Amino acid sequence: MSAPLLEIADLDVAFHGDGTPVQALSGVSLRLDPGQVLCIIGESGSGKSVTLRAMMRLLPERRARIGGQISFAGRDVLAMTDRQLRAMRGREMAMIFQEPMTALDPVYTIGAQIAETVRRHLGGTQAAARARALDMLERVGVPSAARRLDAYPHELSGGLRQRAMIALALSCGPQLLLADEPTTALDATVQIQVLLLLRRLQAELGMGIVFVTHDLGVAAEIADRVAVMYAGRIVEEGSVAEVLGRPAHPYTAGLLASSVEHVAPGAEIAAIPGAPPDLRALPPGCSFAPRCRHAVAACDATVPPPVRPGPGRMARCFTPLGFAPSGHAVEEHVA
Amino acid sequence: MAEGMSIAPAALPAAPGARRRRNTYWGEVGGKLIRQPGAMLGAAMLAVIVLAAIFAPWIAPFDPNKGSILMRLKPFFFRGHLLGADELGRDMLSRLIWGGRISLAMGVVPVLIAMLIGGALGLTAGFGGKLANTLIMRVMDVFYAFPSVLLAVAIAGAMGGGLIDGMIALTLVFIPPMCRVAESATAQVRNLDFIEAARATGAGGFSIVRHHVIGNVLGPVTVYASSLISVSVLLSAGLSFLGLGVQPPTADWGLMLSTLVPSIYVVPWVCALPGAAIFLTSIAFGLLSSGLRAAMDMRGA
Repeated sequence: MSAPLLEIADLDVAFHGDGTPVQALSGVSLRLDPGQVLCIIGESGSGKSVTLRAMMRLLPERRARIGGQISFAGRDVLAMTDRQLRAMRGREMAMIFQEPMTALDPVYTIGAQIAETVRRHLGGTQAAARARALDMLERVGVPSAARRLDAYPHELSGGLRQRAMIALALSCGPQLLLADEPTTALDATVQIQVLLLLRRLQAELGMGIVFVTHDLGVAAEIADRVAVMYAGRIVEEGSVAEVLGRPAHPYTAGLLASSVEHVAPGAEIAAIPGAPPDLRALPPGCSFAPRCRHAVAACDATVPPPVRPGPGRMARCFTPLGFAPSGHAVEEHVA
Repeated sequence: MAEGMSIAPAALPAAPGARRRRNTYWGEVGGKLIRQPGAMLGAAMLAVIVLAAIFAPWIAPFDPNKGSILMRLKPFFFRGHLLGADELGRDMLSRLIWGGRISLAMGVVPVLIAMLIGGALGLTAGFGGKLANTLIMRVMDVFYAFPSVLLAVAIAGAMGGGLIDGMIALTLVFIPPMCRVAESATAQVRNLDFIEAARATGAGGFSIVRHHVIGNVLGPVTVYASSLISVSVLLSAGLSFLGLGVQPPTADWGLMLSTLVPSIYVVPWVCALPGAAIFLTSIAFGLLSSGLRAAMDMRGA
């Protein structure tokens, strides 16, 4: 087994503000091998974006209490100094955002913004950095890249802007790309183009991608592995075909059932009843139990430990669907 | 740019604006400014006033400080005095031309200094955390408690009056509003995605402030500063009128207005001239400023 590119163990994040602390993440564990694409799926507030920001230590230092371990390429991210973090961000680990309009600085041209990052990490002259920016824009498929170099973000369409942001993120050749819903704000046709682009670049550059989305279709399109989050916990993880094809956790099954694809117009959409729990007062047991049709008494008492319903799969559930009940489940160390 | 168009001529036929230089933000703002009639009118008026002030020694027909007892309070076109003469028989046109120097300096210099100091304070307050913010903004609030005219008069009066003292007084009056504009712009920019995106590319705090915060705060601060210039022209005229600005016999519009007021029933048109000059200069800066605001609104394009 090769060394993982990214390994997260028991990550806890709580935000301390004026009121009750908000437990954004509880015991998140993840692993990403080099060149792999992991999709984190979940609804708003489930902790997807917080997980992503924790990996890069972008959470506000004062308010966010972080526990657990994050190791990236064998280094402890949580122990890094500011200087080490700055050297890592953008160089080895880069990030793209949901809204390319607001994530690009409106007063600088695309070329200037890419060149700034290139010079920060790789040094060299302004001309060399510009040449690299041009090269990157061409690689991400921006038409007439030489002209776009001098364009401001507002002069580009949404799809081109997102391509420019991808060019910016990849300009220093990162090993890991963090993508925070990069296709959510785009038109459906552009969405597919950007996904295909990311897949192609991922294969060309051999980088790992952690891709956050709430769109199961997007996940099916790009992911090797999928992690499903609910109320700050990863409730299910496994290969994309297994998780989306044969979900083990009732929440995943509910997500799949509530998809609008293949539903006749006017037909009832199978929504999951209830609402996610308040992160300021998490229930002692499984967070999904109050909404779960398969819940048993044990679900309300303790948080279900991870079980392994199949090779390379994990689910936090006492009654995984389509598998033997948890009495027969194999504990983590056995797998 | 040229090779880009030769690579894909079909996809992008030469756009009409393609030839225009748009390599810099300010280049683009200038391009939009030129297409606004109001702003261009203001710019034209300012050009006349500024050129007249610069070339005052060559274009003023008479010595601005030399009067003749025979010429006192003469009307327009009296013996070569195109715009008449003042209460000491000095040529009005020459004095107006020379007075433009003081008025323009008093309009621009305090605003520029206040922009530097107030801008820096506002950035610090907006980006430096809660303590710095409270400290700076509450001190500014104290200054806000006084009406600006009163504050300028009080400061200039306490320091004794004169050109430099007047400038210092106006600068102090303009620092608080400038600081407030810079602070609120900084606070807005601070929470935008591209600041986090810049952090995600490895930018440090200093580099973020220098590039991304100042770059985005400069726009609103510049627009606000340009609107303050007309206020500064008016206030400095007010200070001179009260005898707290430049001292006689220096030609200054505010001071001229003040010394001519008693003669308003004798030669009303002549006495109105300094006021008209103040008014026109203030209007010119105002027009240019509102044009600038419209031109800098990038996203509204």
